[in-house]
Amino acid sequence: MLEKIVALSRKASPWVAHFNSGGCNACDIEVMATITPRFDVERLGIQLKGSPRHADILICTGPVTGQIRERLLRIYHQMPQPKYVVAVGSCALSGGVFHGCYNVMGGVDQVIPVDVYVPGCPPRPDAIIAGIAKVLDKMQEDALSKDGREREVDHGC
Amino acid sequence: MPEIEIPVGPQHPALKEPESFRFEVDGEIVKSVDIRLGYVHRGIEKACQDRTWVQAVYLIERICGICSHSHTTCFCQAVEEIAGIEVPRRARFIRSLFGEMERIHSHLLWLGLAGHEVGFDSLFMYAWHDREIILDALESISGNRVNYGMNTIGGVRRDVTEKDVDELGRALDLLEERVKYYTDVALNEATFRSRLEGVGKITREQAIDLGTVGPTARSAGVDVDLRRDDPYAAYDEIPFRVITADGGDLLAAAVVRLGEIEESLKIIRYIIENLPDGPIAVKAPRRIPAGEACSRYEAPRGEDIHYVRSGGGDKPLRVKVRAPTLANINAVAQSMRGARVADIPIIIAGIDPCFSCTDRMVRLDDVSSGRTEVLTWAQLSARCRASR
Repeated sequence: MLEKIVALSRKASPWVAHFNSGGCNACDIEVMATITPRFDVERLGIQLKGSPRHADILICTGPVTGQIRERLLRIYHQMPQPKYVVAVGSCALSGGVFHGCYNVMGGVDQVIPVDVYVPGCPPRPDAIIAGIAKVLDKMQEDALSKDGREREVDHGC
Repeated sequence: MPEIEIPVGPQHPALKEPESFRFEVDGEIVKSVDIRLGYVHRGIEKACQDRTWVQAVYLIERICGICSHSHTTCFCQAVEEIAGIEVPRRARFIRSLFGEMERIHSHLLWLGLAGHEVGFDSLFMYAWHDREIILDALESISGNRVNYGMNTIGGVRRDVTEKDVDELGRALDLLEERVKYYTDVALNEATFRSRLEGVGKITREQAIDLGTVGPTARSAGVDVDLRRDDPYAAYDEIPFRVITADGGDLLAAAVVRLGEIEESLKIIRYIIENLPDGPIAVKAPRRIPAGEACSRYEAPRGEDIHYVRSGGGDKPLRVKVRAPTLANINAVAQSMRGARVADIPIIIAGIDPCFSCTDRMVRLDDVSSGRTEVLTWAQLSARCRASR
């Protein structure tokens, strides 16, 4: 019973932290655009938060550069369980146009586990919202399943 | 009172990009700032050397998502100069058209973020709402909201149709009205004025000495604008005013940017009324003859410089990019001294920084021990002195 209430309330108001892991700003301004009046995700209870310690969902934009890698891991560890990651944009998916650059890891999933991938260069705000909606479904599924969701990234990965 | 060091970034609510600043503060007053660039360094200049000329255009477009058209135009101009390609007149007009539309979207974005940083979130929402008007126009012509993919070596890839011109005309009517409102807010709204007036101030002499460019220089009274001083695309045929102010503070920066939006609207109107007929591109050779060129472009943030060198092959030998934020970042360090802690976010946002354009780094590989480390500027200069 209690789990159901927690799951429902978690889905009702997810808090999102946004981190630019070395992207070109295009995805970032589209993520910002989702909270502005045309798209306005706040009406759905979704809030963009400054601190990863307050966030349920981490939105990552960018191919993860060599310098960002450790910061991204630290931010991921700072998030409370259960945590979910959305990779936004082609370069967050696979490195995209930056594939093969000497300072690029080639995708967020090379460093931390990713739940939902939103392709596009950059994806439209509607696509980002659809991505977040997918995470919310996954969130509820996990919360209602027996073993729940506990996972932690390996420090060495 | 002892001085305290405050680290800001790389992940910080006030910064939209991962960048690191270290502020030395004495109470409420900032004494000095150490800026560490390099978090978004991806190695684009090197990667260009492994891509063909056409592939490089798309990579260059992703240097920065906000001024994507600026970088590609600058790069294509340099390549066209080396290859001796004459760009059709219609293509030059369309390049200018997109350049101005990009300027409007970038300046409205800045206005919104500036409003957000001073705690005036209504302005943020208003400005970003109206920014969608110009993004819709960009999308209906190019098919994309942010990375337009309009430029190619030898011209542009998509034409502007009669229908686009009609839609653009309606968008301009709407925007003209809104920009008047924003100018009124910037000039008369007491809360907005009092947060910006006298904040982040640089004098005209400092602006010249520090090598600032674009709206940052123009807001300090330096009358520079490449569109007039070194015309490219179709600017030699388009009449427009260069907006300057003499405050040198962030209020002047807001006034300059709003004035520039107004001018851009007029330029766009002139372009769609005088759009010449003809082809939109000429075919460029796959191999660019050997040679080098330097190209300059007035991006929304200031002067963008691309240096391109060709060895006669199908790939560039060297591409060098000097983005406007790198020229303006010194002004932040200067105007930060003596500022209050509460003004830190707006002073950083004041130059409209774009760190993904700017980021570069020095990596030291210690060959004997195989260690790699990242040094601050102070550590690096201390080592240089020690080894002398």
